[in-house]
Order: sequence, then C-alpha cells, then structure tokens
Amino acid sequence: MQPTPMPIDNSAPAISQSEGPPLLEISGLKTQFFTDDGVVKAVNGVDLNIHSNRTLCVLGESGCGKSILARSILRIVDAPGRITDGSIVYRSADGRTVDLAAVRPGSRELRSVRGDDIAMIFQEPMSSLGPITRIGKQITETILLHRNISKAEARETAIELLDKVGIPKPAERFNAYPFELSGGMRQRAMIAMALSCRPRLLIADEPTTALDVTTQAQILDLIDELKEELEMGVMLITHDLGVVAEVAEDVAVMYMGKVVEKSDVYSIFENPQHPYTRALLDSVPRIGVTRRERLPAIRGMVPHPLATPSGCSFRTRCDSYMPSICDRQEPALVQHGETQVACFLHSRESIHD
Amino acid sequence: MMGFCLRRIMYMIPTLFLVSIVTFVIIQLPPGDYLDSLAADMGESGSDNTAVVETLRQQYGLGQPMYVQYYKWMKGILLHGNFGISFEKNVLVTDLIWDRLGWTFGISMLTLLFIWITALPIGIYSAVRKYSFGDYTATFFGFIGLAVPNFLLALLMMYVSFKYFGQSVGGLVSPEYIGEPWSQAKFINLLQHIWMPIVVVGTSGAAALIRIMRANLLDELYRPYVATARAKGMSEFQLLMKYPVRVALNPFISTIGWILPSLVSGEIIVAVVMNLPTTGPLLLRALLVQDMYLAGSLILIVSLLTVIGTLISDLLLAWIDPRIRYQ
Amino acid sequence: MNTLTTDSTVPAEDEVAAPVLLSPLALTWRKFKRHRIAYVSLYIVGLIYLMAIFGEFLTTSDIHETSTRRAFAPPMGIHLFAPDEDGSSRFQLHAKGLKLEVDKVAMRRVFAVDEEKIIPLGFFVKGYEYKVLGLFSTNRHFFGPVNPRDTVYFMGADRLGRDIMSRIIIGTRVSMSIGLVGVIVSLVIGVTLGGISGFFGGWVDNLIQRLIEFIRSIPTIPLWMGLAAAIPLDWPPLKTYFVVTLIVSMIGWTSLAREVRGKFLSLRHEDFIIAARLDGLSDMEVIRKHMVPSFSSHIIASLTLAVPLMILAETSLSFLGVGLQPPVVSWGTLLKEAQNVRTIIEAPWLLIAPATMIVTAVLALNFLGDGLRDAADPHAH
Ligand SMILES: Nc1ncnc2c1ncn2[C@@H]1O[C@H](COP(=O)(O)OP(=O)(O)OP(=O)(O)O)[C@@H](O)[C@H]1O
Ligand code: SF4
Ligand SMILES: [Mg+2]
Repeated sequence: MQPTPMPIDNSAPAISQSEGPPLLEISGLKTQFFTDDGVVKAVNGVDLNIHSNRTLCVLGESGCGKSILARSILRIVDAPGRITDGSIVYRSADGRTVDLAAVRPGSRELRSVRGDDIAMIFQEPMSSLGPITRIGKQITETILLHRNISKAEARETAIELLDKVGIPKPAERFNAYPFELSGGMRQRAMIAMALSCRPRLLIADEPTTALDVTTQAQILDLIDELKEELEMGVMLITHDLGVVAEVAEDVAVMYMGKVVEKSDVYSIFENPQHPYTRALLDSVPRIGVTRRERLPAIRGMVPHPLATPSGCSFRTRCDSYMPSICDRQEPALVQHGETQVACFLHSRESIHD
Repeated sequence: MMGFCLRRIMYMIPTLFLVSIVTFVIIQLPPGDYLDSLAADMGESGSDNTAVVETLRQQYGLGQPMYVQYYKWMKGILLHGNFGISFEKNVLVTDLIWDRLGWTFGISMLTLLFIWITALPIGIYSAVRKYSFGDYTATFFGFIGLAVPNFLLALLMMYVSFKYFGQSVGGLVSPEYIGEPWSQAKFINLLQHIWMPIVVVGTSGAAALIRIMRANLLDELYRPYVATARAKGMSEFQLLMKYPVRVALNPFISTIGWILPSLVSGEIIVAVVMNLPTTGPLLLRALLVQDMYLAGSLILIVSLLTVIGTLISDLLLAWIDPRIRYQ
Repeated sequence: MNTLTTDSTVPAEDEVAAPVLLSPLALTWRKFKRHRIAYVSLYIVGLIYLMAIFGEFLTTSDIHETSTRRAFAPPMGIHLFAPDEDGSSRFQLHAKGLKLEVDKVAMRRVFAVDEEKIIPLGFFVKGYEYKVLGLFSTNRHFFGPVNPRDTVYFMGADRLGRDIMSRIIIGTRVSMSIGLVGVIVSLVIGVTLGGISGFFGGWVDNLIQRLIEFIRSIPTIPLWMGLAAAIPLDWPPLKTYFVVTLIVSMIGWTSLAREVRGKFLSLRHEDFIIAARLDGLSDMEVIRKHMVPSFSSHIIASLTLAVPLMILAETSLSFLGVGLQPPVVSWGTLLKEAQNVRTIIEAPWLLIAPATMIVTAVLALNFLGDGLRDAADPHAH
C-alpha cells in the first residue's frame, strides 16, 4: 500500500500566533503560460495566507514562480500567462471579501484594489519606472487615482514620502526623471510610490537585490518600520536567507511552482523539514562556522519548466529520494509539528507515528 | 533647451550651404544654357536681339566661371531676395514661385497630418491587438501601400473616380472656379478636390509609419514599467497612453525628419499627374526647357523648407523626450 | 506536455544534444524558410528575374512592331473550345479576332470581337527571330498564335498597336536590372563608406555621418529630376541607362552605410574580433574574414529591401519623362503611355497591366526582404 498523504485543512491555525482572519487567502492557485512549445506551470497549486502586521517571506531558487505568484495576486501576469485555477480572497478593511482571481481583468473593482489596498514593489528598479515621466508625477498619479484630494496636497504627500524613504532633497527629486537617479534612489522612489496610498498589503519582489548592503539594510528596516506603523501585511520575495532571518515572521519555500514547506521563521531555521529547505540552508555560509569549506550547492539543476518530473518535483535532485514512492505521486502539504511540509518522508512518518 | 535649439540651428547652416551648392551644380550640368537656345530661336525668326541676350548674359554672369555665377546668384538671394529671372517666361522667379510653394507645403503639411491621424491609432491598435484580424488587415494594406508608387496610385484613383463616380479629377478646384475670388463655394470645392492628393501622397508614408509604430509599441508593451502602472490601478487605456505610447512615440516623431522630404518629393510627382497648381509641374517644365534659375530656386527653397521641417521634428523630439534634451 | 517517464532511477541531468554549429547564413536560411509569404515571394522574384532573362521566349510579338489598324486594341481572351465546321465543338486553344465597327452614338471606331475569326494558339510556336542571351538565334516562343502571321493581344495594344504583354515582359529586363545594378552600386558605396565610418570612427566617421544626414534631409525627387533632366536626350540608350541607374542608386546607399556602420561599431568590441586582432590579422583581413561574414545576412536583407525602392525610382523618373527615353522599354516608359486620364479611360489596360506587374514585383521583393530581415535578426522569434 502506498502511504496516503494526509491533506490538511488550510483554515486551521497552521501558522499560528495570528489573530483574526487572514488579509489574503490564496488557495489552489494555478498560473500557467501557454507558449508555443507547451504549457509552463509557473504557479502550480499554491495555498498561502498573509496576515496583517506580519511579514511572509517567499523563498526559492530563480524560476520557481515567486514573481508570477506575486503578479497573480494583482492580476498583472502578461500573456500568454493566465490564472487557470484557484482563488485569491482579499478581505478589505470593512470585512468584505473579494476573490481577486475571479474578477473581470480590467474591472473597476480590481483597479480600486490595485495600488490602494494592495501595492507592489517590483524586482527591476531600473526599468520599473516610466522612463520619460517625472518621479513626482508617477507618485502623485497613484495618489490622485485613489484619493479625492487636490494636486497640491498630493504633491505634498509625495514629497513627504520621498523624504521618508530616505531620498535627500525630496522637493528637488520630485521633478527628476528616473534616468537622473541611481539604482538605489530609484528603488526608494519605487517604494515611495507603492506606499503612497498606505496599502494594507505590500508585495515586495526582491526589493533589495540591486542594492549594496548598506542601502539594502536601510530599505528593509524602512519596510519593517512601515509595516508596524500601517499594520501592513507584507509579502517579501527573496532568495537571500539573511534577509529572511532578519525580517520574516512566516516563511514559505517554493520549488517549481509549489510551496514545499511553510512555517514560522524559527522552525524553518531551527528545524527544516523538507530536503529542499535543508539544502537551501546548507548552501549558505553561517556565522560561527570557521572552516573554509566549499559550500555545498544544491546538486543538479532545476528541470526545464516544460519537463516537470512526475511525482515529487524535487526528486531529480533529492538526497533522500525513495524509488517507487517519490515518483508515483505528488506529496501534498501536511502538518508536521509547527510546519507544513510536502514530502513523503514526513507524510509517511505522520502516518506511522 | 535653449542651448539645444541654438546648437541644432547652427548645424543647419552648413547643410543649407551644401544644398545651395549641389543645387547650383545640378542646374549648371546640362551643356549650354537657356540663352543659347533663345539666341538660336531669335536667329531663326530673323529678329536680331543679340544686345538683349548680351545684357542678360552680363547681368547673370553667364559664361563666366561657375563660382562667379554662384556668387552672383547667392548674393542676389541673400541681399535682395532676388532668385533671378525665369528666362522662358521672362519674369522674376519670385513672381512665379511663392503661390505654388505655398500649395506644395500646404498639401505636404496636411498630408503629414493625415499620416499621423491614420498611422497613430492604427499602429497602436495593431500592436495592442497583435495578430488579430484588424492587425493582419492593417499589415496587408501597409504592404500594398508601400508597393504602389504615388503616381500610380494617383492614376488609379483618377481612373476609378472618373469611371465610377463620374467626377472630373485633377486640379485643386473645378475649372469654373479657377481665377475666381475666394468664396464659400470655392472653398467647399477645394475640399472636394484636395483630399485626393493628400491620400495619394500620404498612403505610403502612413503605411511605413503604421509598421514603425507597431514595432515600437510592441517593444514597449511588455516592459516592467507597464506592469508598474497597471499595479497602480490605472485603467488600461490611461496607462497605455501615459506610458508605453509616449515612449514609443519618440522614434515615431524622429521619422518625420525623413518623411517630410519624401512627402515633398511625392507631392511633386503627384502634382504632375493630377495637374495641381503646385511646384511639381513648374519644376518639371523648368527642368525640361533648362530654365535654370527657376528650377534651381525651386529645388533650393523646397530643400530649405524640408531642412527646417526636419529641425522642427528634432526640437519636438527633444521636447517630448527629456533624455535627449539632457544629453 | 512532456513529463519524465516514471522509471525508478533518478533521471540523468541535462541531456542536451550537442548543438550543431551552423554558420550565421545557414541559420538565417533555416529561419527564413519558416516565413511562408517570404518563401513564396522568393520564388516569385526568381520567376520575374527568369522572365527578365528569357523575355523574348515568352513574348508573342516583336515589341517594336506597330500596326495602326490595331491601335488601342483591347485585351483578347483565351478560349478553349472552337466550333467545328459540322457544328460540334472540339478542343482548340484559340483567341478570337477583332473587327472594327463604328459606334453610331459616339461617332468613333470601336473594336468588337469577331466570332467568326478564330486564331489558333499553341505552345512552342514559331514567331519572330530573336537571340537567346545574345548567343544563338531562334524563332520559338513559349505560347502564341500557331500561324506566325496572326497577332494576338492578351493585354491589349498601345497607341501604335504594339502588344502590351510583350512590352511588359521585355520591360522587366530594364526595370529589374536597374534595381539589381543600382543595389550593387549602393552596396559598394554603402559598405565602403559605412565600413570606413564604423571601423575607424573619429573624424572620418563624423564626416561620413554628416554627409549621410545631409543626403537624407533633402527631398530627393527634385534633385534626381534635376540630375536626370541633365542627361542629353541624344545620348545612346545604354549610356542613359547607366546614368539613370547611378542616380537611382544614390537613394539606397545611405541606409546601408548606416547599418554597416552600426554593425561594425558593435562588433568592434566583440571578443572574437579582438582575438583575431591579437592574432596579428591586418585590418582588412579582420574585416573580410570575420566581420563581413557575421553580418552578411543583414546586408542581404537590406539590399533586398533597397531593390524595390530603386525600381520605383526608375519608374517614377521615366514616367515623368526625365529618366529612360523611348525606344527603351521599361515599366516606367510603358506607364508614360498612360499619362493622362483620357487615355486611361479609353484604354485602361495601358495602366492596369504594367501597374499590376510593378506592384507584384515590389510586393514580392518587400515580403522577401522583410522575411530575410526577420530571419537575420537574432532577437526576433
Ligand atoms: N512570459 C513567460 N512565458 C513563459 N514562461 C514564463 C513567462 N514568464 C515566466 N515564465 C516561467 O514562469 C516560471 C516562474 O518565473 P518567475 O519569474 O516567477 O520566477 P522567480 O521565482 O521570480 O525567479 P527569480 O528569482 O529569477 O525572479 C519560470 O519557469 C519561467 O520560465
Ligand atoms: S518526496 Fe521524496 S523526492 Fe520529494 S523531497 Fe521528499 S524525499 Fe525527496
Ligand atoms: Mg522574480
């Protein structure tokens, strides 16, 4: 008999310590790209909850679908990609819920959520700002779109924001064009823009990769500060474990379009369950380890997105691979202590326990 | 911005100088000159006007080295606005050309407007709805538009409108209005005629610009900044116009620089076919009878105006795209 | 969807087939063949050039042969079945003769189809004598009247009763070759100047760029008209032909030079060029052995796109009467016959037949060039 994975009820307080219903509830989300060569399953059945005043870090190697997951939430996945299944339920301040995956693409409902309730900081600071529009205009534009205030007031707010994100001489920079700013400054402007309507959920897609260490730390602090101040929920995408250790409360690890492990940050670092998570952690230098060994990179390469392995998608690289188990079925997420993990090592254990 | 303007205007001067020299050399190329044939004609008719011919020759320095002739011609133009004389018609060139130049440029400008009005929306549509039926249709007509030379299109349209609509074609107004003072009726009549040269001259340019706009916009449409704008909650139309279209417009505008010369060129040929009262027929006639000052002046002024047009397009470009201004 | 098979061993890592090394040209060709319209256009262009080379073989009558009785004769149809003496019909390709009638209303002569007069048609028939490629004489023609004394006008006749179809076929030679020769001239000028500009940079580059800008910023038609009008009318046709070709090629070289320059500039810093230089190759050798092959696909595409421009330029000039002069037959001089509306209304085939030919040729060349450019562009899909 094959061990049957035990599917868990997602609404259970899997990730504990959070009061009230989640801000955003993603369940069974699938986003696929219909290319000429085949269907790329970029997000392949993801369940995640994001809570107010908490930071969720999404972790994973390049190409595992982190950005597409983030874009799916705002419904800004470019063709030929589209959401094929699942729901993204957003709970607004007055308690009403809306399934973002189901609303009509260009609808007013969706547009009023974008930029106002949910804002996003994009991965590429160099090209994510309109190249020939003044920074200030790009920020006030967002404010004027969602708030019923005068241009002068919007301008004031924008300058305040620029100041807050640490741009020197904000009143001058207000009139600058993106090409006049350095990468770090652009990234800050981008953050100011995202925060301009005091969003309830901030999605930050590797907001610091392009920056030097000092700036990186400043920006992360800033996001953290604002999180407290605005009681924002934050979804932070990164593949930098240092960042995770610093700011995360919850962590979700993705591999090939799926969440393979999710937990609170302590459990992830202290007691990683999934072989992939372990491998990720092993590939990072640790303070206190003095021996100068070569860091073990994760063995092998990520399979081609069009050639997903059957069964567990990590099996081609897994050290604990179990023939005729791992290649038969996909492991589902199961509760294991503080953690939810999708691996037959644990679903078996949980059955045998 | 001021500095940029001044620099661009300074660049124009050597270009214009070169144009004037090239023009002059071209009109001097044919062996002999109009006065030779005039003298021959007079000799045949028996009257002896050698004195008159000789005076003219003196006045324009004909028979002297080319640079002397050039100097005299240029001096007349720059100091007195005198472009010389039309030998064939025996009047000052300036008396002949301004009206016609006005029409040529009026039509060229209207054509440019026509091109913009058609190419911009169609180009945007083609890019946004890539591979749609409308896009294929636009592409198809674009290729046809590029493949049919102006004068051929003029002939075809004249044939069709005569055969199927019984409309007399050619000219800018019906014969009964020629020489009449301007009136509302004449103006309406003008409108009924002028669209045809505009469409004929504009088709190939519009076809080219549609393709350029489509390609430019396709380059921009999937850039990250478009997603940013979308994530702000802007409507599709709003964000399309404020971001990618504005960026794509930039190379689009710089194309005016080359489209304007080709419009003027096209207008000249079409004018011959459609018998319009513009520079075309006058220039052709002047070239064929070697009425050199007339021909030279026309080429010179048409080129001058084109160079100015190019300048304007450059300035417009700098105005729209801050990156150019700040270089 | 490709899913890996469910075998129990860990699949091997990447099993990428060793990439076959193809030259840029071969790669371009492979991509080009996928471009349907462009591929078909290649055949059309090929056929048109064949027509230019073996024109006389395809004609039905001598292009200089006039016949006042046949002035403005309308196009004749080709019929398949001819009535026999006994009333039954048999298969016989034929055209029907024309007879002149007087239109009592309009008071002028009009042509009417003479149902009685059957002109049998056949393949590989005898006709006027001509030389193939200027080498040997023959009087065989691909298709035409079986009896050499008959004349047929599949596309009508002109003012002097000359056969339009034959004239278009022969005109192909001049028009298409002007495009080709003009392109070769532009190629030489463009590649030389563009290459110099891009390879050496500095003030040389600056000077050449200014020159190109200058040429592009002035309206070309009036200038060509001036230049072409300067050709004395009594020059021999061949000389006129070459000068017109030269004038026409003035259009093409600037864009070509720009493209070559841009390519040179970007290639200058490529590793393999630097490596070649370090190997001690001379400038010329570097250009010839390394740079030219790496962008020849681009050049071919640009050249192809320049051919139709030149064909149109020749046509325009000749149409205005300042380019080639009769008796030279080109598409432009043919269209000159259709210069006023009155003539076109009387004999629309004078306009439509050559126009169709020009548009077909230009369209095919444009599609071909476009396909080649797409194929040569490494970023295009
Ligand atoms: N336009 C597209 N067409 C086809 N496939 C796409 C497209 N965009 C993304 N993908 C696929 O979606 C998958 C996930 O991409 P995504 O950008 O989300 O990765 P990521 O986790 O954000 O990586 P990174 O850390 O590099 O940002 C990739 O395998 C990629 O091949
Ligand atoms: S299910 Fe099997 S192959 Fe997949 S991670 Fe767990 S042990 Fe490894
Ligand atoms: Mg990403």
